[in-house]
Amino acid sequence: MAQMVLSGDEAVAQAALDAGLMGGFAYPGTPSTEIMEYLQEHIGKAPAAPRGIRVAQWCANEKTAYESALGVSFVGGRAMVSMKHVGLNVAMDPFVNSALVRINGGLVVVVADDPSMHSSQNEQDSRLLADFARIPCYEPSDQQEAYDMTRQAFEYSERHEVPVLLRLTTRLAHARAQVSTSDPIVPTLKGKCTDPYSWILMPAMARRRWQALLEKQAIFRTDHEVAASLALRSTKLGVITTGLGLRYYLENEEDWAAAHGGERPSHLHIGRYPIGTGKIRQLLDHVDRVLVIEEGYPYIERDLVGMFGAPRPVDGKLSGALPLMGELSADSVRTALGLPQHEAALAARMQLPGRPPQFCQGCPHADSITALKAALEGEAEFFTASDIGCYTLSALPPWNAVDSCVDMGASAGMSRGAGAIGQKKSIGMIGDSTFYHSGMTNLVDAVKHKTPMTLIILDNGATGMTGAQPTISGTSQLPSLLEGLGVEKEHIRVLEAHRRNHEANVQAIREELAYEGVSVIVLVRECLEWLKKVRAS
Amino acid sequence: MTFDIVLCGVGGQGGLSVSVVIARAAMAVGLQVKQSEVHGMSQRGGEVLAHLRIADREIQSPTIPKGHADLILAFEPLEALRYLPWLSAERGTVVSAITPIRNIQQYPDIEAILGELRSLPRVRLVDADTLARQAGNVRSANLVLVGAAADLLPVSPESIEKEIKALFQRKGEAVVQANLKAFEYGRHSIHS
Repeated sequence: MAQMVLSGDEAVAQAALDAGLMGGFAYPGTPSTEIMEYLQEHIGKAPAAPRGIRVAQWCANEKTAYESALGVSFVGGRAMVSMKHVGLNVAMDPFVNSALVRINGGLVVVVADDPSMHSSQNEQDSRLLADFARIPCYEPSDQQEAYDMTRQAFEYSERHEVPVLLRLTTRLAHARAQVSTSDPIVPTLKGKCTDPYSWILMPAMARRRWQALLEKQAIFRTDHEVAASLALRSTKLGVITTGLGLRYYLENEEDWAAAHGGERPSHLHIGRYPIGTGKIRQLLDHVDRVLVIEEGYPYIERDLVGMFGAPRPVDGKLSGALPLMGELSADSVRTALGLPQHEAALAARMQLPGRPPQFCQGCPHADSITALKAALEGEAEFFTASDIGCYTLSALPPWNAVDSCVDMGASAGMSRGAGAIGQKKSIGMIGDSTFYHSGMTNLVDAVKHKTPMTLIILDNGATGMTGAQPTISGTSQLPSLLEGLGVEKEHIRVLEAHRRNHEANVQAIREELAYEGVSVIVLVRECLEWLKKVRAS
Repeated sequence: MTFDIVLCGVGGQGGLSVSVVIARAAMAVGLQVKQSEVHGMSQRGGEVLAHLRIADREIQSPTIPKGHADLILAFEPLEALRYLPWLSAERGTVVSAITPIRNIQQYPDIEAILGELRSLPRVRLVDADTLARQAGNVRSANLVLVGAAADLLPVSPESIEKEIKALFQRKGEAVVQANLKAFEYGRHSIHS
């Protein structure tokens, strides 16, 4: 037992190490990045495995990371794969299918959701994807629970031979608090799964596995029902909380009691899914109305209300008592509880300008985008698709340099699709890390169909936006990779992204934009954040 | 006892590291802490924000409710104004640096900003940059501000000094001394 101060991300990583993790795998993504950073920093100091090697590795994308974790599980080691919510979309194929195999070494899938989109393009709720895959989902409400639930998730995963999804949200992942840890166990490697066909998802075997998974649902529901905590108190109001919603509710509970003769609301807290119906029914039988406080989609609330309504009035995100979009807060929950807002009489009298994120001083992207804008000056017809990374900031003033930003790799695919049907000067702009993640395959399509397009790879050697992690493959690998994919050698242009080369870079970009085939321009210069990090270490 | 602090500034000012100093000092005397911040896109070069909650009992919400903060510790004056709705009108104090960071177009008139800050019931405006330079390291302006707020915090100045030493030890004795001095200059600045 030790006392530590950990963020939610760090608590998960520490718990995984203490649970005997053999393999951790990830692709960076806010707010999940720090899980792998912590694993990498500490795995060397954790007890060694008597058999095998303990690893914590960045991967090309979430799908490759997931499949590596599956391999570890197959040969009997505990495995964890961590990602942000949209990363699970990339890993959806191994994720959904891994629910059917006979998990051997415990497999914990950590997904950090980002309600309010602090650093994301949507606010999807991963609890629904665990439901979709028919696997258990654990949702901690604070850092201590993040630690405890991670350890329990490994055990549950092994006991029931399924992956367990651990769902975090931004405020949990990035908040720090005291955590007491329990004794680490020495990692074991059980050896590979010997049950024949239990990992071979050909239709006949997959049907058997699917049936087995469906039969486990009743067990999950019973176990999770036991884990849910119910307190029957006031009959006026029943509160159902999940995850961090618990903390926002407890922040206000005393005030509610003070306003209602000292009596507290009846309360059911749910931290594991799928949930049974017994305790929910008990609560509904006891109270006049129910308030559901959950971070993300109205998931429990929608089930409660169903198609024809609940036996008692249900308040929550669907009813409008809580906002349907954005993260919860102690303030929004306070309003939903019918309590007056805390006095916030203070506010600036003047109009305050926002301070949007921007490129670091001297960022290579700024020089690359300046060159691209100059090359396009006077052009009437062009399409510039951007991608996910720091360079997306060029969508904002004063740059206004790009037309789109949708998902990892979409710049390459969208510029290819548009180019294929005749869009002139169809340009994709993508970082090196994003290119390895999901851009390469689009380029294969472009080469096959000889699509007129230009892909600009901003090669800074790092995933910058998430705090600078090394790109999976080095700069020197890119030209030969591009050639191998079939891009003509004379249309692979490697340039230094620096303002001192501005004229030459503008000229080169113009030349390739004029070419009616696949061209790739690699603009190379290291991310400054990454350099800082390398120098500090 | 609960004590809620909003720490705010502009990316790259090192504001978040002083949050750790205060949090560790509080824990060393047996208090509970919860510290919340946001990383990634919303941080890069823009405004940065951390919430630090200290209490002698379990802390629930990781973020501070509006109108609840005992202290706004602002490393940049415009950012101090931005988070005023979080400050308790009855008991909250603003401790703010006075040097603007003008990395945006249409930065308001700095005198108007400082004027608004001066009109608050409890405010301490600190020339943190100048004091940090005098202490030997302009990068320790954030600790000047912690010094200027030291008497308000629920931890002793000695325990903060101890954590400053621990945090900067790796960077050498000169950096430790400059930061300790910055903290001390901050403490003295409010009496002059």
